[in-house]
Amino acid sequence: MAPQVAVIVLFFFWPAAQALLQSVQQSDAFGTSVDWVGLDNFRNLWNDDTYLASFYTTAIFSTLVAVVGISVSLLLAVFADRIVKGALAYKTLLIWPYAVAPAVAGVLWLFMFAPSVGVVSYWLRALGIDWNHLLNGTHAMTLVVMAAVWKQISYNFLFFLAGLQSIPKSLIEAAAIDGARPWRRFWTMVFPLLSPTTFFLLVINMVYAFFDTFAIIDAATQGGPGKDTAILVYKVYFDGFKAMDMGGSAAQSVVLMVIVVALTVVQFRFVEKKVNY
Amino acid sequence: MKLKLAAVALAASCALSAQAVTEVQWWHSMTAVNGEWVNDLAKGFNASQSNYKIVPTYKGQYDESMTAAVAAFRAGNAPHILQVFEVGTATMMASKNAIVPVGKVMKDAGQKFDPNAYISAVAGYYTAPSGEMLSFPFNSSTTVFYYNKDAFKAAGLDPNKAPSSWPEVALAAAKLKASGHKCPLTLAWQGWTQLESFSAWHNVEFATKGNGLGGMDARMKVNSPLHVRHIDNLANMAKQGLFVYKGRANVPQTSFVSGECAMITTSSGFYGDAKKNAKFAFGLAPLPYYPDVPGAPQNTVIGGASLWVMAGKKADEYKGVAEFFTYISSPEVQSASHKRTGYLPVTTAAFQLTEKSGFYKENPGTDVAPTQMIRKTTDKSRGIRLGNYVQIRTIEDEELEQVWGGKKSAKEALDSIVKRGNELLERFEKANKKG
Repeated sequence: MAPQVAVIVLFFFWPAAQALLQSVQQSDAFGTSVDWVGLDNFRNLWNDDTYLASFYTTAIFSTLVAVVGISVSLLLAVFADRIVKGALAYKTLLIWPYAVAPAVAGVLWLFMFAPSVGVVSYWLRALGIDWNHLLNGTHAMTLVVMAAVWKQISYNFLFFLAGLQSIPKSLIEAAAIDGARPWRRFWTMVFPLLSPTTFFLLVINMVYAFFDTFAIIDAATQGGPGKDTAILVYKVYFDGFKAMDMGGSAAQSVVLMVIVVALTVVQFRFVEKKVNY
Repeated sequence: MKLKLAAVALAASCALSAQAVTEVQWWHSMTAVNGEWVNDLAKGFNASQSNYKIVPTYKGQYDESMTAAVAAFRAGNAPHILQVFEVGTATMMASKNAIVPVGKVMKDAGQKFDPNAYISAVAGYYTAPSGEMLSFPFNSSTTVFYYNKDAFKAAGLDPNKAPSSWPEVALAAAKLKASGHKCPLTLAWQGWTQLESFSAWHNVEFATKGNGLGGMDARMKVNSPLHVRHIDNLANMAKQGLFVYKGRANVPQTSFVSGECAMITTSSGFYGDAKKNAKFAFGLAPLPYYPDVPGAPQNTVIGGASLWVMAGKKADEYKGVAEFFTYISSPEVQSASHKRTGYLPVTTAAFQLTEKSGFYKENPGTDVAPTQMIRKTTDKSRGIRLGNYVQIRTIEDEELEQVWGGKKSAKEALDSIVKRGNELLERFEKANKKG
């Protein structure tokens, strides 16, 4: 009991308390003068239109990353589960992207989609699509969502595959004998039986999209064009580590913390009711 | 056995003599060619005397080394010298307890130090309103215009005559486009080149209070009719495909080097890269301007970085810092650095020495940046130094992108830069009022 508590206190509660403390302070970059400013940092955020707009951006980004990420990896897992020959090779390849650092993932996708030299943007131009994520907000959002999803697919895939393999084969076979086609078998049996996994991944993916994606954004778009891909956590990173506004950055992470706690509570209270364990 | 003892004794005496040398830590952000330059400066100084040893350490890009120094300072082991980029200047100035003014370091060490020896647009930038020089101008650059001579020739333009005004740039761009060029003009460091340096170049205010040099209560002024006219002009060029946006910071430079874009405004520090990697003849010219604006062209503003001395070190170590600064500001060392890197010579003597050596004649275009800077500056052109500058630069990027993308008009975007910038300036003023 004690070691776990110590670890949690040291790595979770202590940093969280630090963030709370800094969010009511304002200091110069070197921390030589610290002022107590109460809720000023939060008031500044509230008065910043672009900060409020980035809630909307974050909602779109996180929903897309979670939904697309979970759907694609479920699809891949179902296919991989059916493969008999060379299954190991497929699985290994699908797990690979997880070993790639987020910033590298961002750069990879950035290269493929670079407006003038990228391979994919070249193909897109051949199809009549003038790809330019430097100025087109939709293109930029598509780019960062793809990079973030790609990075997370392996993780989701592993869990789905494990979930699929724990479903008794006899159950599926019985349904098949009763005449249920694959599509029907999936929706009426496999998907409900996978629901604990799906729910777990929903929570994890939301947290991932909220917290772990700033490196991808930083490498691919830096929040641009305008502020079209500036999600909340990117601003926390930028203000804290690039602009060294510790108070403002801490206040933002407190806001983010509250949102994620609230989201997780909602997910556990309402979505979990639909889960069959 | 005897031999072994002798060896131990020898090692011990070496260690002793090594201890007598005072080490001075220098954190910098120079890579590749410029990283070698920094190491050579340290080597040169270390060889020139035997009391001090400068130890240069690369600590990542400008923002990274600054963050590293902040963390180190909080933990009590900051370096003696820290290289900080120009946008971090106001932050460093406001951190009075973390730094020691260079003027004081030099005076305490008994080193001769004459701020008037420096080019005023450079020295003025790093000087407090009280007249005390706070940091040591190290690598300074400014905004210049590069064009692809081969592309000019192919488009029927005179390759030896760069467009000097914005209307001429538009005409040249139209001809380049007609000759099949997909990207006639692009802009690197758009906020720095098209708003900040643009203001000084036309002798109009970028911000009040002498662009922030006069105090922390400065406010943004970039929505003047001239600014709106220029950004509107560029937006029209973007619409016609004459100006193509290629990204933030120095990212667009690659599209000039590759030959894709024929004209670019960017840092004079880009010269080395272009000279080494461009497979075509290119020329340097002063920034274009609007000839009908009275007082234009004035002078451009500096970029680059300066060296700050951190607080809390021993007196002897500060002496070493002062000696090192004296060494690297000698005209010979300065001039050699200027020729090697393309950064500006920061003293007038170094510029004259370089001129005398015939370097500018042998390398046409390299004198564009210094001559743009060596002028009598005005209160509106001395430089731009604002609090929360890193964020203001980002706001400039964000708003300009919306103009190029057709989402906002020039006026709307510039008004928004003023409004958002002022909020940051007010906060900075409030946070640093006491001290």
